[in-house]
Amino acid sequence: MTVVDFAFYVFSIVLVVAGTFTVVARHPVHSVLWLILAFLSAAGLFVLLGAEFLAMILIIVYVGAVAVLFLFVVMMLDVDFAALRGQMAKHLPLALLMGVVVLMQLGLAFGVWQSAEGAADLRTAIIPDVAEVTNTDALGLLIYEEYILLFQLAGLILLVAMIGAIVLTMRHRTDIKRQDTLAQMYRDPAKALEMKDVKPGQGL
Amino acid sequence: MVGLEHYLTVATALFVIGIFGLFLNRKNVIIILMSIELMLLAVNINFVAFSSYLGDLVGQVFTMFVLTVAAAEAAIGLAILVCFFRSRGTIDVEDVNVMKG
Repeated sequence: MTVVDFAFYVFSIVLVVAGTFTVVARHPVHSVLWLILAFLSAAGLFVLLGAEFLAMILIIVYVGAVAVLFLFVVMMLDVDFAALRGQMAKHLPLALLMGVVVLMQLGLAFGVWQSAEGAADLRTAIIPDVAEVTNTDALGLLIYEEYILLFQLAGLILLVAMIGAIVLTMRHRTDIKRQDTLAQMYRDPAKALEMKDVKPGQGL
Repeated sequence: MVGLEHYLTVATALFVIGIFGLFLNRKNVIIILMSIELMLLAVNINFVAFSSYLGDLVGQVFTMFVLTVAAAEAAIGLAILVCFFRSRGTIDVEDVNVMKG
């Protein structure tokens, strides 16, 4: 067993265990932490497969952004999680049944699966030798030449998601005082101040 | 020697865990979203494994797009969740249909 094989088994076992605990953990915060561990092990698998760029993207985007977003929401919402967990035992038989059914379906497909004869000839972007072109360079060349439109579209999807999330969650509260920058900028000091000449002993 | 089948097996296990979690936590939307993330991760592992063993880089490009869509989906899903929580005070999805009409 080489080091690569050993690393594969370590990462896959950690991945499957972390995935399992993600769905059965008692508290959603624990779920998010298990999810982060699952993402990290998946990044390890990606490195083993020679996709370093995707591994780093997985860590940066998923662990750094998505998992933290989940963590924010779990912490922010004051949810009574114990009440939600109470129903878990009721759903367990159905969940097990669905899991076994999907597993058997995938197993059936997996059993008869084989690579097509001419699969190697149908490749459109053959991975160059790592010694000459690194994974990131090769991916960049492919994305910015062949898949530039899809790449722009992906950016558009992110823009729409960003606008959608902001529009959905933004609310203007009227019961609090807000800073109005424009009003501050257009404020005229001459109108705001009034000089009073107070006579001694008289007052206003 | 670790082959393509090993990676496919791991991805299958992860996908089934995702389905399992989807049905196990029918009430808790946060865990449902996390299960969906796990399933998308399984799909990504499949893509990258095939890409690596076939020697075709397109699989990794597609993985990137799946990652993008998954990130957008998580953001929108959590935003809807926050909205729902503000209006109902709970994240129990079983009574989402009360909203209709």
